Amino acid sequence: MPTSTDTDCVIRLDALSMVYPTKSGGTVQALDDVSLSVRAGEFISIVGPSGCGKSTLLRIIMGLSRQTSGQVTFGPSDDTHRNQLGMVFQQPLLLPWRTVRKNLLTSPDLHRARDAATHAKAEELLVMLGLEEFGDRYPNELSGGMQQRVGIGRALMHDPRILLMDEPFGALDAMTRDQMGLDLLKIWDQDRKTVLFVTHSIPEAVLLADRVVVMTPRPGRLADVVEVALPRPRRLENINTPEFGEIVLKIRKLLDSEHSAH
Amino acid sequence: MSTNTERHPGETAPVEAPASSDSATPVRRRRRRVPEITYSVLVFLGLLVVWQVVVKVFDVSTILVPAPTAVADSLIDGFRDGSLVTHSLVTCKEILIGFGIAVGAALVSAVLITQFRAVERVLFPLLILTQTIPKVAMAPLLIVWFGIGVSSKVLTVALIAFFPLLINAVLGFRSAAHEQVEMLRSFGASRTQVMRHLQIPSALPHIFAGLEVAVILSVTGAVVAEFVGSSEGLGYLIQASNFTLDVARTFAVIVVLSAIGIALHAIVVQLGKWLVFWTATPTDTAGEV
Repeated sequence: MPTSTDTDCVIRLDALSMVYPTKSGGTVQALDDVSLSVRAGEFISIVGPSGCGKSTLLRIIMGLSRQTSGQVTFGPSDDTHRNQLGMVFQQPLLLPWRTVRKNLLTSPDLHRARDAATHAKAEELLVMLGLEEFGDRYPNELSGGMQQRVGIGRALMHDPRILLMDEPFGALDAMTRDQMGLDLLKIWDQDRKTVLFVTHSIPEAVLLADRVVVMTPRPGRLADVVEVALPRPRRLENINTPEFGEIVLKIRKLLDSEHSAH
Repeated sequence: MSTNTERHPGETAPVEAPASSDSATPVRRRRRRVPEITYSVLVFLGLLVVWQVVVKVFDVSTILVPAPTAVADSLIDGFRDGSLVTHSLVTCKEILIGFGIAVGAALVSAVLITQFRAVERVLFPLLILTQTIPKVAMAPLLIVWFGIGVSSKVLTVALIAFFPLLINAVLGFRSAAHEQVEMLRSFGASRTQVMRHLQIPSALPHIFAGLEVAVILSVTGAVVAEFVGSSEGLGYLIQASNFTLDVARTFAVIVVLSAIGIALHAIVVQLGKWLVFWTATPTDTAGEV
C-alpha cells in the first residue's frame, strides 16, 4: 500500500474500532483496528462477506454511527464537513410522495436552499442519469434501476467531494447491475470525486476501483488493500482479461485464508 | 457534461398507470359496460319491492314493519315540516365537533407518544387499558356530568372516535422505515424535519384508515348519547317515534342516519385518495363498518 502524503489524503481512518452491545448482554466487535488513507479522487471498493463491518465503516464516516475508539479525519486541512459527503444506500429510499425531480431536491429543501442554481443542477442530473423524461414521475412508476439512479443523483445534488456508496446495486438484477456500474464510472470520470464503494461482489469491486479494501468478519478487520492497475476507462470486457482474473483470484484467496483461519 | 441517455431494455419500461381500458379484451370490455354498482342497486330495489309486497299481502301491522312507501311518506313529511332537517343538523353538529376533537386529541397524543419515550411509557399502557372500557357505557355518566345538551354528546362522540384514531396514528408515525430516517439524517435533517418530510407523510395512509373507522363510530356515538338523554337530535327523534309507535318515522330517521354516515365516510375516503395519492392500494381497513 503506497504511503500517501498528507496533502492529497482526503479521508484518514486511524485505528477505528466499533463494539456493539447485543441484546443477550454480550458484545459484538464490528470493526477492529481499521486504518486507511484515501487519496482525493480515488475510487475505493470495500469488499467482504456480510458481517465484516463494511457498512459500519461507511456509517461511521458519514456520521450516522459513532466509533467506540479511533479517529476519522478529513483532509487536507480537515475542512471537509459532513455536507461534503454524499451517501447512496442499498435501497433507493426515495420519498414516494415526491416526484423524481423533487426527490433530487430533497437536500436543498432540507437546507432551504432551493434556488435557480439547484433547479438547474437537478435538470443537469436528470440528463446525466438518463432520466430527463421522468422528472415529473413518482418513484413507484420507475424500475428499480431507475430508482437507484435517482438515489445516486440525490447524493450528487449538493456536489459532495466524497461519495459513500453502501452496496448501491445490491438490490438490482445482474444485468442492470453491470450497466449501473459502468454508468457510475462515466459519472465519476467527469469530476473524479472520491468514492468509497461497499459491495460483496468481488468482480464488481475490481471492475470499478483503483484499490480494493478486503475486509474479514468477526471481528471486522482490514485484511489487505489490493491495487487494481487496470487501464481506464474500464469496460465490461475487462472482466475477461487475465489481469482482471488474477486480481479477483488474489482477493478471493485473501478472503478464503482468513475464513479457514477461524 | 456528457449526456447518458442510453438505458438498457431491463429498465426502460416504467410501470404503467393502472389498467388502461384499451388493453382490455373485447369480451371483458362488453362486461364492463354495466358497472357492478348497477347490480347492487337492482338487488336493493328488488328487496324493497319484496318488502312492499310482503307487507301488503300479509297485512303486516304498521307498528311492526311499515311498508317502504310509508317510510318514504314519513321521510317526505319530515323534510316538509322541517323536523328531520333541524334534528339532523343537531346530530351533525355533535358528530362534527366530537369527531374534530377526537382527531385533534388523537394526532397530538400520537405525536407525543411517538416522539417522547417517557410519554409512551407512562401514557400508552393507560390509554390501552382505558380502551377496554366500552365507551357507550360512559354515556350516562357524561349526561350526569355535562347535562342533556350538546356537550355530553360531543364528548361521547370524541371518546368513541379517539381510540381507533390514536392507534392508527401511532402506527402511522412509526411506519417510516429506519433507513429512510437515516437517509434524511445523512442530508443533515433535524428531528422536526424528519417529522415533517418523512414521518407525517408516512403516517397519512394509516391516519386515513383510522379516520374511516372513526367517522362511522362517531355517528353511532352521537345517536347512543342522544338515546340516553336529550331533547333534540336524530337519536331523540327515534326514541320519540318509538314512544308514539310511529315506526315509519323511526325507519325514516334510520334512513337519514345512514345517509349521513355514508356521506361522511365518502368525504373521508375522497379526502384520503386526494391526499394519499402515492399508495397504489387504498386504505380499506374496516371501510364497510
